[in-house]
Amino acid sequence: MIELRVNGVARKFDGDPDMPMLWYLRDELDLTGTKFGCGMGLCGACTIHVNGAAARSCQTSLQNAAGKDITTIEGLSKAHVHPVQKAWKEGNVPQCGYCQSGQIMQAAALLKQKPKPTDRDIDEAMAGNICRCGTYQRIRAAIKVAAGVQA
Amino acid sequence: MSSQTVNRIDAVSRRGFLGTVFSAGALVLGAPLLSSRSAFAAEINPAKDAWYPTVYLGIQPDGTVIILAHRSEMGTGIRTALPMVAADELDVEWSKVRVEQALGDKKYGSQDTDGSNSIRSFYDPLRIAGSTARAMLIGAAAARWSVPASECKAVNGQVTHARSGKKASYGELSSLAAQQPVPKPETLKFKSPAEYRYVGKGVPSIDLDDLVSGHGVFGMDAKMPGMVYASIEHPPVIGGQVKTSDDSEALKVRGVKQTVQIERYKGTYGFQPLGGVAVIADNTWAAMQGRKKLKVDWDLGANANYDSDSFKAQLIDTSRKPCKVVRNVGDVDKAFANLRKGENTHEAEYYCPMLAHASMEPPAAVAEFKNGKVEIWTATQNPQAVQDTVSQVLGIKPEDVACHVTLLGGAFGRKSKPDYAAEAAVLSKKLGKPVKVVWSREDDVKFDYYHSVAAMYVKAATDPKGKPTAWLQRSVFPPIFSTFDSSTVYGDLEMGLGWNDLPFDIPNHRAENGAATAHVRIGWMRSVANVYHAFAVQSFLDELAAAANRDRVEYFLDVLGPARTIDLGPSAADTAAKYPLETARIRRVLETVADKSGWASKKSSPGHGYGIAVHRSFLTYVAAVVEVKVDAQGKVTIPRVDIALDTGQVIHPDRVRAQFEGAAVFGTSIAMMGEITAKDGRIQQSNFNNYPVARMPEAPFETHIHIVSSDAPPAGVGEPGVPVMAPAICNAIFAATGKRIRELPIRKQKLV
Repeated sequence: MIELRVNGVARKFDGDPDMPMLWYLRDELDLTGTKFGCGMGLCGACTIHVNGAAARSCQTSLQNAAGKDITTIEGLSKAHVHPVQKAWKEGNVPQCGYCQSGQIMQAAALLKQKPKPTDRDIDEAMAGNICRCGTYQRIRAAIKVAAGVQA
Repeated sequence: MSSQTVNRIDAVSRRGFLGTVFSAGALVLGAPLLSSRSAFAAEINPAKDAWYPTVYLGIQPDGTVIILAHRSEMGTGIRTALPMVAADELDVEWSKVRVEQALGDKKYGSQDTDGSNSIRSFYDPLRIAGSTARAMLIGAAAARWSVPASECKAVNGQVTHARSGKKASYGELSSLAAQQPVPKPETLKFKSPAEYRYVGKGVPSIDLDDLVSGHGVFGMDAKMPGMVYASIEHPPVIGGQVKTSDDSEALKVRGVKQTVQIERYKGTYGFQPLGGVAVIADNTWAAMQGRKKLKVDWDLGANANYDSDSFKAQLIDTSRKPCKVVRNVGDVDKAFANLRKGENTHEAEYYCPMLAHASMEPPAAVAEFKNGKVEIWTATQNPQAVQDTVSQVLGIKPEDVACHVTLLGGAFGRKSKPDYAAEAAVLSKKLGKPVKVVWSREDDVKFDYYHSVAAMYVKAATDPKGKPTAWLQRSVFPPIFSTFDSSTVYGDLEMGLGWNDLPFDIPNHRAENGAATAHVRIGWMRSVANVYHAFAVQSFLDELAAAANRDRVEYFLDVLGPARTIDLGPSAADTAAKYPLETARIRRVLETVADKSGWASKKSSPGHGYGIAVHRSFLTYVAAVVEVKVDAQGKVTIPRVDIALDTGQVIHPDRVRAQFEGAAVFGTSIAMMGEITAKDGRIQQSNFNNYPVARMPEAPFETHIHIVSSDAPPAGVGEPGVPVMAPAICNAIFAATGKRIRELPIRKQKLV
């Protein structure tokens, strides 16, 4: 039996311990904000926080998540007012929106680590998150707004 | 269904219940619970007590205005922009508007959300919807108060009569308005641009909060009670079929329930299922794991020898010989044969590879077949095609297929083709329960309806100043219509996409198209044939300008010639009256982008170059200036892109900008890195590791969008930003390195 916390709620799981968190969140817990994009840790659409750090949920098995605190996009802020979410709305960042959960989770983790990121910091932190609609310019600007640094 | 019922459903179908019900956010507001099995189009129309003066708009007694979004939301903002148009004409507070996603139904007109066509085709119908409702509300108020309608005004959700001081809300008037005669469109009065509250200004996307909080519902997120998950092993080669399948190991995987064979399409594939073996399981992961354990022996069929290298050689060979003429002006042959003193000829060959759409959301659909009817929830650009395809495959009537449209996690043309939805319907019929089909990224890349490869040959004769006196061009590619009729070898709609519609002032011009047979499913991808055609034409123009040592802007304008309307003949007959091809508008976007980018003061130097390209597509005029840096290792970065566009009237400026910002990135992916190849009939790419797309550090660092003010009718914006990117990047690389790129992607070319 694997025990973990998801968005502050204690959970128990007795299925396949190799199952990635991605499918546990989506299929078992109905937390579908975490998106499936590639299944190989190449696109970042499935980014969650594991003990506060960004991680690809498609590469994080249930057994690796055992005993950890998991935060998904749904748990980032109850009222959707995390500074990153606010900046995202202010800048009208999303187009189709599919990758944006992962982008926001990645950006939130970046700002926790580096509250005033440089352009290079942003490039390095966000390079693993693909946006096929091409909202990168607005993502960068929104991260700077959330960080309170000059856009 | 009473409004109380609707409200209750709204309440319970909210996000907390995701999973047991289909829910979340505005997308399905007012739609019934997923467990409501009888949810077919006629029955699920919410708020039956609302008054619907048109199919697009209804008013409830409480004053809520329901506007049907009948086009699909794949990121363009159309779910916001079209309802905004109706709300503006109706004159209602945006907060009173509830947008509902329409089911697939012919009554809405075309719902095929492609061709950069939603605003172009439905701006007027939505204006008419709003204006019709307003006129009928005014008529109702005038009748109630026994005053002339001309003395009443409809403003902000109320009809008022100034002389008597009477007023009534739209909600109060709705039942009375329903008894008013429906006015003819030609009698309607529309707002003047100065009166618009939303049109030309914009409002935030109605999905914005859902999209930043994980609550938007995409096809991948759809669920039905009691559903099972399916992962499908398709034949590795198009046209292949299962000979034998051994599922004994697959069935040992925890969570796997069974395997089911799906028959291959009949005739030409169209949108029918490819066939294969589906692994059915309790969750997506188990289905995918089980699938890895399948042992399938395939009959690979006729395309097993397809090799993209030899196919490329065939296309190039075809392009070197006379092909079918699709446009002819003057006499190119005579001009080439009788060069005058000081005239030169130039020729070049260009090649663009096959491309995959690779939208971030792989194809997915949930379907339930029950009592001879099907209900589907899926990310589709074309719910009516879902109805048609599913009805065709299952032998039922299209109206017995209810297609609910979710949000689309990108689409770019791929999701106009509902093969994955048909698979879910077929499996549900076989299994007697709802089935969710989930394609992996590998499925998406290997079984796409590909943007076709193209080989192009261009030859010009130029006068002593370098201006062309004759221009011959040939384009060879497997055509889109091969997907519907496998005997098709010539292009059709592709010709109007940057090939038979050149606007140049050249006395002798001939455009040709060579034959090519498809060996994979060919589809349409964002801006379609404009991608390769603009690459060839705009690169060649740059080559000619370079040969003549002339400034690009000055040269392009010279070749463009005087202000005039180009007669494209029957090939553009459907658009010529409303959207004539005007060279003055091309000139204007070129001059604008040159001005805004500071073209005149920016001089290219080794390792640092500027390139320009101009192209009209989807009736929108676009010019781009791209700045590139090429380092000592040949690595290309793009510090800045400027795009000027004239799309006529602009409805939602911020979303127009967003489309062009995104197109700059999409175009960068095409130019720099996209390539799909095949060997032994099998696609060799599979995921973002070997089919790379632009990531943040590779995308343009800054993109500046310059909207040219215009009162021409609104044209398209989703696609026309893409075609200029590849030639502008390559022209910039030439300016920086002297290296002319005639074959994409750039990453495969040696730049240093």
